[in-house]
Amino acid sequence: MNENTIDTVAPIEVATKQSVPTTHKETVFDVRQVAIFYGSTVAVKDVNLEIYRNQVTALIGPSGCGKSTFIRCLNRMNDLIPGAHLEGEILYHGQNMYGSGVDPASVRRWIGMVFQKPNPFPKSIYDNIAWGPKMLGMRKDMDERVERALTQAALWDEVKDRLKRSALALSGGQQQRLCIARCLAVEPEVILLDEPASALDPISTSSIEDLIHELKRDYTIVIVTHNMQQAARVADMTAFFSLDVHEDGSRNGILVEYDVTQKIFTQPADPRTEGYVTGRFG
Amino acid sequence: MSDRSGFSLAPTRQLRRRKLINLFAEIVMLTAALAAIAVLVAVIVAVVQRGHGALTKDFFTKPPSTNFLTGASGGGIANSIAGTIVIVACATVIALPIGILVAVYTSEFAHGWVRRVLAFVLDVVNGIPSIVIGIFIFGIYVLSHQQSAFAAGLALSIIMLPLVARSTQEVLALVPTTLREASFAMGVSRWRTVVGLIIPASFGGILTGGTLAIARAAGETAPLLFTSSLTTNEVSWNPHVALQSIPLTIFQDLEAPDPALHEQAWGAALVLLTFVLVVSVLSKAWLARNRRKLSR
Repeated sequence: MNENTIDTVAPIEVATKQSVPTTHKETVFDVRQVAIFYGSTVAVKDVNLEIYRNQVTALIGPSGCGKSTFIRCLNRMNDLIPGAHLEGEILYHGQNMYGSGVDPASVRRWIGMVFQKPNPFPKSIYDNIAWGPKMLGMRKDMDERVERALTQAALWDEVKDRLKRSALALSGGQQQRLCIARCLAVEPEVILLDEPASALDPISTSSIEDLIHELKRDYTIVIVTHNMQQAARVADMTAFFSLDVHEDGSRNGILVEYDVTQKIFTQPADPRTEGYVTGRFG
Repeated sequence: MSDRSGFSLAPTRQLRRRKLINLFAEIVMLTAALAAIAVLVAVIVAVVQRGHGALTKDFFTKPPSTNFLTGASGGGIANSIAGTIVIVACATVIALPIGILVAVYTSEFAHGWVRRVLAFVLDVVNGIPSIVIGIFIFGIYVLSHQQSAFAAGLALSIIMLPLVARSTQEVLALVPTTLREASFAMGVSRWRTVVGLIIPASFGGILTGGTLAIARAAGETAPLLFTSSLTTNEVSWNPHVALQSIPLTIFQDLEAPDPALHEQAWGAALVLLTFVLVVSVLSKAWLARNRRKLSR
């Protein structure tokens, strides 16, 4: 019975051209033996991976496997949660991001983040983009900066005639692209996307995916997604997280497998990965 | 399907009983709600009936006067209006910035137990009887200086402070965490986020809380008894001397044996009541607008 349903699951199509050069991959993040705790509870542990420049790295896995927790550690957003702490090392261009003397604000200045639900400021479209640069002291040529960010986020043509209107009047998909533009306006190096399309309809989702393809040229992108097809469509590298259930009933997330996306979806090394990508939970 | 022959959609006896109980409960609650409204309406009607006769132009522009020959009382409450404005202005200047800062600190910066202790302290301060605040200021300030509008403002500021702080905290809590996260994720520091994003987004609501606190303070009487009660009938805007105030005028006029003064007291009560009602309604409307701005 169970076997039959597995056979009927359509194979996931993987983008055929994988732009993963086997050499000259520049490491942006070097994650070494990371474990993340909320209080004394382990949320996710044994994470070892390298994230490469100008690549899209997808984090996939079932609910509760710690992929969102992990991505929030890549720009120290979890510092804002009382009781959260990290063991192990995350090197960003060789520097320990969690070392003493590192200010979380200066980490986030280079590593931007877009969240699950669009969260535009209750300001005009223009001010949504201009606010961040203004706060960071990048006041010169603001109009050009706003236009550039909105153009990069494929939103300029839709909003250029109503820049002074409230951002809250935009549709969900437009709001999310505005949030991406806002993130780009401060010229980060890395963009972290935490399920950026999960609150959007299929058409908006597809425009966000197109955008990710475009942005890859200039930025390093890490994306958490529930949607395996999405990971297969946009990502060069894919990390599969899963739940490790212990005998006493406690559970925590672990990194099961990390490889080139095509490999994860077509010939995974770990049976748990295979179970997940073929539609059977392992 | 034959076993459904006795099936009916008509209410059973038990359901009819439940509906009756439901109706009864609704009537009881509606009566209670109407009673609350009735109190407000009764107060307004009583004060308007007895006070509207006193409201002439002189009432607002002239200080009280006594006819030298007949001893009859006349004039208005201009000195009290001026005094209340000066006293409440002093209180606002002190309490508004401090209250807002306390709230911003507790809501945006303090963590864990500091936050809980501060919230508790504010609640305790809010519960201090106003007469106690009055003698406190009398003891630490008036005895060593003298009665003055400033001293009264100091006392009222203690009443306003927890109101301002608590209402500001509530408004700050309305600002979604996701907005703070969006700002932090761009590398904007915490205090810039607070000053440049959180406070502007909740500014209307913060002012609303301030205005309601002003309305509350304007009607306080007990703190003024020891701090600004030895007054003249002169209209003055000087905060360094004791100034007459509307609540105190009501108190003193009603104690006097003169019916003309009684009417003046009701008139003063009507002025105070109108001020409080207008301020409350306007600030609620303002807050609703602010809330829509954040959620749309």
